Amino acid sequence: MIIFDDVSKFYGEILGVNRVNLHIAPGITSLVGPNGAGKSTLMNLMTGLLRPSRGHITVLGIPTDQPERLFRKLGYCTQFDSFPRGLTGREFIRSFLLVHGYDRKKANSLTEIALERVSLLDAANRKIAGYSKGMRQRIRLAQAIAHQPVVLILDEPLNGLDPMVRAETIALFRKLAAEGLHLIISSHILHEVDVMSDRVILLNNGYVVAEGNVHGVRDEMEEHPMQILIRCDKPSQLAARVFDKDHVVEARLHDDRLGLFVRTRDADRFYLLLNQVVAEGEVNIESVAPVDDDLSAVYQYLIGSEGGG
Amino acid sequence: MTSSTVDIAPTKTADKQPLPWSLWFRQIRAIFRLEIEKNFLGRRSILLYLLALIPVVPLLMLAPFTPPGREWRDFTQYNMIFAIYYGGLILRTVVFFGCAWIFMNLFRGDIIDRSLHFYFLSPVRREVLVIGKYFSGLVTSIILFTATTIIAMLLLYLPHFPSESSRFFFDGAGMGQLLTYAGVTMLACIGYGAFFLVVGLFFRNPIIPAIVLYGWEWLNFLLPPLLKKISVIHYLNSLAPVPVSEGPFAVVAEPTPAWIAVPSLVIVTVIVLIIAAYRIRHMEVRYGSD
Repeated sequence: MIIFDDVSKFYGEILGVNRVNLHIAPGITSLVGPNGAGKSTLMNLMTGLLRPSRGHITVLGIPTDQPERLFRKLGYCTQFDSFPRGLTGREFIRSFLLVHGYDRKKANSLTEIALERVSLLDAANRKIAGYSKGMRQRIRLAQAIAHQPVVLILDEPLNGLDPMVRAETIALFRKLAAEGLHLIISSHILHEVDVMSDRVILLNNGYVVAEGNVHGVRDEMEEHPMQILIRCDKPSQLAARVFDKDHVVEARLHDDRLGLFVRTRDADRFYLLLNQVVAEGEVNIESVAPVDDDLSAVYQYLIGSEGGG
Repeated sequence: MTSSTVDIAPTKTADKQPLPWSLWFRQIRAIFRLEIEKNFLGRRSILLYLLALIPVVPLLMLAPFTPPGREWRDFTQYNMIFAIYYGGLILRTVVFFGCAWIFMNLFRGDIIDRSLHFYFLSPVRREVLVIGKYFSGLVTSIILFTATTIIAMLLLYLPHFPSESSRFFFDGAGMGQLLTYAGVTMLACIGYGAFFLVVGLFFRNPIIPAIVLYGWEWLNFLLPPLLKKISVIHYLNSLAPVPVSEGPFAVVAEPTPAWIAVPSLVIVTVIVLIIAAYRIRHMEVRYGSD
């Protein structure tokens, strides 16, 4: 468990994050929020690169000011796109494994495993300075996973990757999570976060505005009634049937007049109502799908823009 | 994927377990190698090597020429020439600026390159990091500048090789002087090295404190005896095998005996390194503001 206990971080008078209380369990957790929301600050606090102005953080019970213990368990792939001068990809990974204290043989074998996992074996003997952005991203990822940590923190790990490598990388994250790792990922690509995350932490202006499973978070947003699209043969009739219910706040015909958008404060009660309508045979329903029960909608409602950085 | 299972750091109640010396030794060795590779084997180190060559080149050019007359047999003169050459050019300029270059860049260079976090994200005590980096700078500077010192001195006496020079080095005071100058150079690297390492940690633009120290060291001869002792050069001058007059305006002070000068420099170095370790232990990585 990664625990933030009333953590605040100020840069002078500028707020980084404020009063953060979190308990992060194993699995994939995504940090989502616009630029300046505090995602990187939270990650840097978690890894001891920053120290909290107030509060305490522990990762698997280890305080973050003990790097000699913490980084046996934790790997962090930062957003800093820079490397020690003059090293090849292989030298880079191996050198820092030796800094960890591994002997040469073990360092070599872990290096090869890490390079293979990010598909960089072919380019491993080239200088990192000559790598493309995507390759630099992958070599950083390889460095973060090389010592086989149980907590992996990844700041925008999909940036600069082409679609194929992106898909492979997401698959790798899933595999790591299935192996029992904590993965904390920040990303601004909401649909990818939505697909791969077990839970999300939404940040805005240094505050945690929501956390948990996306659908759970969405369910709790009573001030934003859930929107559902029902494809059916008689949308007008259906609209009349559902509109008098107190939990339905809006019913609007689809442009093609073969569907009905309904906004409801209580999705469960609405689905029960639909069952009743179907059972009564008044309307033939083809499909029912929530329109805004995803991360993009949650993000838009809570943070108020189309997507964060 | 599992947590690392190597025979390494203590994971719990570290204070109750024996200190992992062998781990620290391996880590220092790894940091040392990485630093040497990064800082002293690349293209950027060429300037450093050129700096180390500065005292050698003029002597190399003069070496083939035998001085005229018989006065060249008076080695006392040569002793004084080398003492001035060593104090003015090698010690106060080449070693000073060489150490400034090497040691200030150990941390400051990583901050400028935005690569310090790779060390901070490794399971290394930050004190171990300071020691590893310091040793890499120390070994490089000692090899480079001790070699400069030895080669420069040998070149000065080369025109008289083998007859007089051999006698001077093997039967006279030559070998003792050579070893003493080499020792003084090493001590200079130890003392200046620690100072510049700390300067690189505390100052965003370390050039200014380096210039202030340079001025302080050069004006040392004008300072009252008590203030003279708050400098590296005073102790190094005290150890020099051939005393050099500092001119008519110099404030004369008793040289500090070697048995005080050497331990004093080492103790001050250790204190400065402890300050560096404390600083690093509490350092945050915020490249934007560094």
